[in-house]
Amino acid sequence: MKITGKENKQWSRLGSRATYGQAILMLAEKSENLMVLSADLGNSSGLDRFKATYPDKFLNIGIAEQNMIGVAAGLAKEGSVVFASSFAPFITMRAAEQVRMNMGYMDLNIKTVAIGSGVSMSFLGNSHFGLEDAAIMRSIPNMTVVSPADCAEIVKTVFAAAEYPHPMYIRLTGAVGFPVVYEDDYDFQIGKAVEIKSGTDVSIVATGSMVYESLEAAKILQEEGISVSVLNMHTIKPLDTKALDILISKGKTIFTIEEHSITGGLGSAVAEYISSIPNSPVVNRIGLPDEFVITAEYRYILEKYGLVGSQIANTIKQKI
Amino acid sequence: MNNNELTLLAKKSRVQLLELAFKSDGPSHLGGGLSMVEIFTVLYGDILNYDIKNPEWEKRDRFILSKGHGVLPFFIALHNAGFISQDVLHTYKKNESDLISHPVMNLELGMESSNGSLGHGLSMAVGISLALKKRNNFESRVFVVMGDGECNEGSVWEASMSAAHFKLDNLIAIVDYNKLQSDGNSETVMDIGLLEKKWESFGWDVISLDGHDIVALNDALSHRGNNMKPRVIVANTTKGKGVSFMENNNTWHHNRLTQTTFEQAIAELNL
Repeated sequence: MKITGKENKQWSRLGSRATYGQAILMLAEKSENLMVLSADLGNSSGLDRFKATYPDKFLNIGIAEQNMIGVAAGLAKEGSVVFASSFAPFITMRAAEQVRMNMGYMDLNIKTVAIGSGVSMSFLGNSHFGLEDAAIMRSIPNMTVVSPADCAEIVKTVFAAAEYPHPMYIRLTGAVGFPVVYEDDYDFQIGKAVEIKSGTDVSIVATGSMVYESLEAAKILQEEGISVSVLNMHTIKPLDTKALDILISKGKTIFTIEEHSITGGLGSAVAEYISSIPNSPVVNRIGLPDEFVITAEYRYILEKYGLVGSQIANTIKQKI
Repeated sequence: MNNNELTLLAKKSRVQLLELAFKSDGPSHLGGGLSMVEIFTVLYGDILNYDIKNPEWEKRDRFILSKGHGVLPFFIALHNAGFISQDVLHTYKKNESDLISHPVMNLELGMESSNGSLGHGLSMAVGISLALKKRNNFESRVFVVMGDGECNEGSVWEASMSAAHFKLDNLIAIVDYNKLQSDGNSETVMDIGLLEKKWESFGWDVISLDGHDIVALNDALSHRGNNMKPRVIVANTTKGKGVSFMENNNTWHHNRLTQTTFEQAIAELNL
């Protein structure tokens, strides 16, 4: 799946959810076995056009996420490539045990897609936020967890997921106007981090919406003479430990940045790995605090918790 | 198989079930296993289409034991059908065995899914039924066995609603209605009320029968839907059926056979 900067700009305007719908629509042209499920959030998942174009490949299960995952399991067992979307807590907590049994224990080929994860649901509040979803999904055996950095990466993730015969949790952060990280095509592989910027003084490992903010922070720090590398760890599980080994060998302070609770997400995964390596660099975890967060406009929430580029730059300066 | 043969097979299966439980030298789900012996005997003796040499055969019927703790009659039925050899059967509850206290997905051994947590099987069966219809496989049917206690789970009713919504007349659910669950009388633990009416109001074709009546089970399970409705068989059963001191005695929900109780039970069954 090749992408162009022009397409990515168009998708960026649509936002992450509508881009997911677009990606599924494009995928349907190529995938015969595709089945797309929703628990009464088809339109919110950007699937309006898909539903109209491929009614036979779409199932609305109603407001019943547990059943949605179970039905997805039956379809997957019979050979379908199943994508099922809902808000992050409804997949990872409401249907947690269905996820564990069907996706984890039975290793069935189901892709669950969390629309509006992190705090992008804004005024819908904590009931709809994905604060802990990566932590939960990461702890389930057989699960792969991917958090795309921009809309192009959402498209690439959907296409890669369709070819990947194991369960996956795709965590969509960002909203309408999801900033562009990738101006050009690049090599995307599940489980392989992408170094977007090289640098010599500080190492950032970011995921999802925080990749763009990390690049902004790196620009600011560059102007102040601090050279920062930015690694896009789009796959939180399995963690690309080879890419981390390179950072460890550089010996510079590592910052992990994520739109997720600092408990259990990317930062924890990186710290778990690095803590067992002697003389490894310090890992600073930047993310949402371990609390239910404020309800406000998306950008306002990110600013409240120091998750925009300039604030990240300040935090890094204070810590090094 | 004719009805006499099925009756004899059910009798033999009860003895095999108790032998298996006794040899495992630990507690097993005996009561709710014994209540399902006729159901499994009829399913694997006469109803289900399968090919033990080709466990992935497209035209096979799919069977899911949603009441996952009811493995004893399931393993015995799979053994008698030829999926599970005598050697494998005797690994039941041995360290790292494929045969534990709940089904673990293994098509070679005839197990379509992993179960154990209640309220999952019907949803998966809905997905399988949909998949079969979508690829125009109108020969295979999907069977699910659930417990009455299991129907406490809300997810059962999510799945029930969707099966009727999608008009899955290739799906047959069987509820082992033995009126007892882990903590005691179902009426006391959580009154399920009018079980048949509940399923009916969810849009299912409901048959209520004696779950130990081989002829009635055979008739109800032979049915091929043409009314666009899923079918549920509410099988009125006796927990611990066949062994006088186990019948309706919930201490045998999950219990261990001693040499004495084993011999007593076998003597009764061989009468």
